Amino acid sequence: MHSPDAISHARLQHHFDTLEQQQQASTLGMWLFLATELLFFGGMFLAYTLYRAWYPDAWVAASHHLDVFWGAFNTVALILSSFTMAMAVHAAQTGSRQGQIVFLVLTMALGTVFLGVKAMEYADKFDHHLVPGPGFLFDDPRYARAAQIFFSVYFAMTGVHALHMVIGLGLLLWLLAGARRGTFTAEYNTPVEMVGLYWHFVDIIWIFLFPLLYLVGHH
Amino acid sequence: MQTAAAPEPSNYLNVAHTVKSWLLTRDHKRIAILYLLGITFFFAVGGLFALGIRLELLTPAGDLFESETYNKLFTMHGVAMVFFFLLPSIPATLGNFLVPMMIGAKDLAFPRINLLSWYVYMIGGLFTLAAALLGGVDTGWTFYTPYSTAASNTHVVLTGVGVFISGFSSILTGLNFIVTIHTMRAPGMTWDRLPLFIWSHYAASIIMILGTPVVAIAVLLVALERLFHIGIFDPNLGGDPVLYQHLFWYYSHPAVYVMVLPGMGVISELVAAFARKAVFGYKFVAYSSLGIAVIGFFVWGHHMYVSSQSIYAGLLFSILTYTVAIPSAIKVFNWTATLYKGSISFESPMIYVFGFIGLFLVGGLTGLYLGAMGLDVHVHDTYFIVAHFHYVMVGATIMAYMGGLHYWWPKITGRMYSEGWAKFAALTIFVGFNLTFFPQFILGYLGMPRRYHMYPPEFQVLNVLSTAGATVLGVGYAVPLIYFTWSFFRGARAPANPWGATGLEWQTPSPPPLENFTTPPVVTQPAYAYAEENAVA
Amino acid sequence: MGNIPLFPQQASNHATAVDGLYFFIISVTAFFALLVVVLVTIFAVRYRRRHAAEVGTPVHGALLLEITWSVIPLIIAMVMFYWGATVFFAMSRPPQNAMEIYTVGKRWMWKFQHVTGQREINELHVPVGTPVKLLIGSEDVIHSVFVPAFRVKMDAVPGRTTSLWFTATKPGQYHLFCAEYCGQRHSGMIGSVYVMEPAEFQTWLAGGAPPANMAEAGEKLFTDLACVTCHHEDNTGRGPSLRGVFGSTARMTGGGSVTVDEAYLRESIVNPQAKIVAGYQPLMPTFQGLVSEEQMNMLVAYIKSLASRPAETDAAAPAAAPPQ
Repeated sequence: MHSPDAISHARLQHHFDTLEQQQQASTLGMWLFLATELLFFGGMFLAYTLYRAWYPDAWVAASHHLDVFWGAFNTVALILSSFTMAMAVHAAQTGSRQGQIVFLVLTMALGTVFLGVKAMEYADKFDHHLVPGPGFLFDDPRYARAAQIFFSVYFAMTGVHALHMVIGLGLLLWLLAGARRGTFTAEYNTPVEMVGLYWHFVDIIWIFLFPLLYLVGHH
Repeated sequence: MQTAAAPEPSNYLNVAHTVKSWLLTRDHKRIAILYLLGITFFFAVGGLFALGIRLELLTPAGDLFESETYNKLFTMHGVAMVFFFLLPSIPATLGNFLVPMMIGAKDLAFPRINLLSWYVYMIGGLFTLAAALLGGVDTGWTFYTPYSTAASNTHVVLTGVGVFISGFSSILTGLNFIVTIHTMRAPGMTWDRLPLFIWSHYAASIIMILGTPVVAIAVLLVALERLFHIGIFDPNLGGDPVLYQHLFWYYSHPAVYVMVLPGMGVISELVAAFARKAVFGYKFVAYSSLGIAVIGFFVWGHHMYVSSQSIYAGLLFSILTYTVAIPSAIKVFNWTATLYKGSISFESPMIYVFGFIGLFLVGGLTGLYLGAMGLDVHVHDTYFIVAHFHYVMVGATIMAYMGGLHYWWPKITGRMYSEGWAKFAALTIFVGFNLTFFPQFILGYLGMPRRYHMYPPEFQVLNVLSTAGATVLGVGYAVPLIYFTWSFFRGARAPANPWGATGLEWQTPSPPPLENFTTPPVVTQPAYAYAEENAVA
Repeated sequence: MGNIPLFPQQASNHATAVDGLYFFIISVTAFFALLVVVLVTIFAVRYRRRHAAEVGTPVHGALLLEITWSVIPLIIAMVMFYWGATVFFAMSRPPQNAMEIYTVGKRWMWKFQHVTGQREINELHVPVGTPVKLLIGSEDVIHSVFVPAFRVKMDAVPGRTTSLWFTATKPGQYHLFCAEYCGQRHSGMIGSVYVMEPAEFQTWLAGGAPPANMAEAGEKLFTDLACVTCHHEDNTGRGPSLRGVFGSTARMTGGGSVTVDEAYLRESIVNPQAKIVAGYQPLMPTFQGLVSEEQMNMLVAYIKSLASRPAETDAAAPAAAPPQ
C-alpha cells in the first residue's frame, strides 16, 4: 500500500497489494515448481543408480554406444544458452527491449540446436537397434539385457528432459512476443525471470545427465 | 439481520449466473464449489464400486460377479476414491475456499493456476472414467509391477495416464497454498497467529509438491514399460519389480497425510469454535503437522516388510513409523485438553468432531499394530490393513470433511441446513462406519487376505455384518446430499457468524463478497481469542 | 453360531510370539483409547455451554503436560518397536537344520517340492516339531505365501529367492493363501498345509512312486545345460569349482566378499556379471529365461548337495565319476 505507482501499474493483478508482493509470489511459486520437477527426475535418478549398481559392466558397455562428442557439444550449447538467457533477463531488468529480443532469439537458437542434435542421436540409436523393445540388438550378448535397461533409462531421462526443452522453447516464444510488444520493463519483468529460472533448471538437469549417461567408465 | 424483502447484497455467488462465469472463474470460492461438485461425483462413482464389492462378499462363493469383474471393482473403487475423492477432498474444497479467507487475502496467489488445477483434475478424471467405461482396470489401485506391466490385459495405461494427469492438479494446488500462505497474509497475520487449519494445509502442501512427482514418474514408467517393454520393472528383462514399490510408497504413504492432515486442521478449528476456547498447546499442534509431513516421507518401507526388503531397512522404517505416531498422539491429547473448561455446545459440526475422534483413535492406534514388524507379517495384505486404512483415510477424513462442510456451509452458501437431519446423518455415518469396518479387523487377524473374490465359508458372518454396515453407511453419506441440496436453494439465510466463532472468515458477510472482505482486514490478536467481551452476539 | 471363529488357530512356534505382541498392543491401545473417550465425555458433560454468550475459560498450554504426553507415548512406542523387531528377527533367522522345501508361485497355484523329490500342488505336508524352511520363488508376478495359523507370510518375487520358516506345533489342516494380488483367480490361489506326526509324515513321504530327488535332477540339468564344461570339480575350468562353495564366503573381483547362499546362486545364474569370484573372467552368459523356476531350484539343490564334499579336491579326485 506504500507505493502508489506500483498500485496503478497495469500489470498488477487485482488480488495483490503491490507489484513487489506479486513478484515475491511468482518467484516462490517458481522455486516450488522446480522442487517438484527435481523430485520428478529424482525417481528416474533412483532407477539409474539402482541398475548401475546391479549391472556396472553392462552400464559401461552400453554407455560406450553414446557419442561423447555430441553429448559434450550439446552440453556446451546448453551452457551457452543459459548465459544468453541470463543476458535476456538482465536486458529485461534494465528495460532494454532490443537486448531482450536479441538474447531471447539466441537462447532459442541454442535450444533448437540442442534438440536437433538430440534428434540426430535418437535417429542414430534407432538405426543401430538400440531403442528398447522387440527390435533391440546389442553387440555383446552378455550385456544385452542390462544394456536394454540402460537405454530405457537413457530414453526416459533424455526424453523427459527434451520435453522440458520443448516446453521451454514455447515459453521463450511467448516471451519473445511480449518483448516485441515492449511488455517487460525495469518494473515488471517477472515472466522473463521465471522462464529464466526454468531454463537454468533444465540446463542443470542436463549437466547431471551428460556425465551419468555418456561418461560411464571414462576415467 | 436482513429481512426477506431486502435485496441480497452482492456476493461471489450472485455477481453472475452464466455457465461461462463459472467455467472461466478465477475466484477461489467458485473454484472450491467446482471442486465440490467434481469430488462429490467421484465419491458417488467410488461408492457404487464399493456397493458392488460388499454385495459380492455377502456370500463366500463369488457368485454375483466374475472374478475379473470383481477385481476391476475393487481397483476402480480404490482409484476413484484415493485419487479423485480423498486426496482433493478437504484441500481442494474447504482449503480452496478458506485458505485465502483465513489469512485475509483476496484470492490465492495464482488464480489462473487454481482454475487450471480443476481442469487438470477433471481431465484426469475423464481419462480414468473412460478406462472404466471401456472395460476397466484390474491391477489394484497400487499398480504393482510386474502384474501391471506384464500380466494384466486391462486398461492400465489409460488409467495410469488419468492418475498421472490428476497428480498435477494436486501439485498445482499445493504450490498455490504454500505461496499464498507465505506472501499474502493480511497485516498482523503473523505465523504464530495463523489458524491451525492453515498450518495443516501448509504441511499437506509440502507433501503434495514433493511426493506427487515421484508417483507420477512411477506410473509413467509403468505405462512406458507396458507400451514398449523397456524392462525397468520386469525381472524377465533384468529389471526390479520391487523398485516400483519403493517409488510408489514414497508418495503413497505420505499421501495418507495429505488426506488426514487437512482433516486434523478442520478438527482444530471446530474444537476451538464449539468449545469457544483457544486450542490447547497451539504451537505443539501446529508443529506436529510439520513433523508428520517431514517424518512421513521416511516411513514408506513399512509397506514392504515381507517384500524381500532387507531386514535392516525394515528396522529403520519401523522405528520411524513409531516416531511419526507421536505427533498424531499429541494432537489428540491437545484436542481433548482443549475441551477442559470450555463452553461446549453440540451443534452438528461438533458431533462430527466426536465422530472423528472416535474413528481416528481406532485408525491411528491400529497403525501401531502394523508398525511392529513381527505383527505386520501376519496382518499385512489382510482385511486388517483394509480396516485400518479405511478408519484413517475414509472414516476420520470424511468425518472431518463433513464436519468442516457443516461448519462452513453457512459461509459458503449463505444458507442454513436442517440441524436435526445433520445430527442424524452424523450418527448414522458413525454407526455404519464402525459396523462396516470393525468386523474387518477380526477378519484380518483371522487371516482373510484382501482382494479376495471368494473366501472360506467360516468368514461369512463377519462379511455379512460388514455389508450390513455398509448399507447404513451409504444412507449416512446420502442424506447430507439431500439436505445440502435443499439448503442451497431453500435454506434459511445464514448470518455472517452463526456459531459465534473467531477467525477472519466469520468477519465478512455470508456468502462473502467478490474479494472476500469489504474492508481489508488487519489482525491484532492470536487465533481463537475467545473472551466474554469479544463474544459475538 | 458356535463355529464362527473370532481368533485364528495357533499352530506354529511363531503364533504364540506374534499373539503375545498382539495382546500387548491391544491392551496399551485400548487403555489410551478409553482414556481419551472417558476424558472427552467427562469434559463434554461437565463443560457444556450453559448460556448462549458463554465462552471457555482461557487455559494456556502447559509445557510439562505436553512433554509428558509426548515422551510417555514415545517410550511405549519404542517398546512396541523393539518387541516387534525381536519377533521379526526370530522369523527371519531359520535354524541351520531346517528342512527345506522349494516353493514356486505361479498364476494361480502353489507348487512345492521336497528335497527328496516329492512334488505337491496347493498342498503342503510338513511334520510336527521340525523346523521347515520354504525357499520361495515365482514364475510370473508377485505372490505371497501366507499361512494364518502359523502367522507367517513372505512375498514370492520373480527373479529373487525369498524364504520363511516355521516349526509346526499342532497336527491338522490349515489354510494356505496367496496374499499378494496376482490377477484373475488370486482368490483361487489357495490350498492347505497338512501338519502330520513325524512318523506319519515319513510314511507320506515314502508313499507314491519314488521320484528322483532334487539334487540328482539338478545334477542332470547341470550336465544338460553344459554348466560342467566350465565348472570343473577340480578347479581347472574357466569357472570356479562348485564343490563345497555353498555356505562358504567367496572373495569377489574388485574387493568385497559374498556368502554363498540361495540368493547368490540364483543371482549368479540369472545375472552372472553382477558378482564375479576373484580370479575368474566375466564369461558366463545369463540363464534367465532358459531355466524355469523349478529347474532353478533343482540346480540350487544340486550345488547345495556339493557343499558336504570338500572343496580342496586333489587332482586324483575323479571329476568324471559322478558320485551315486
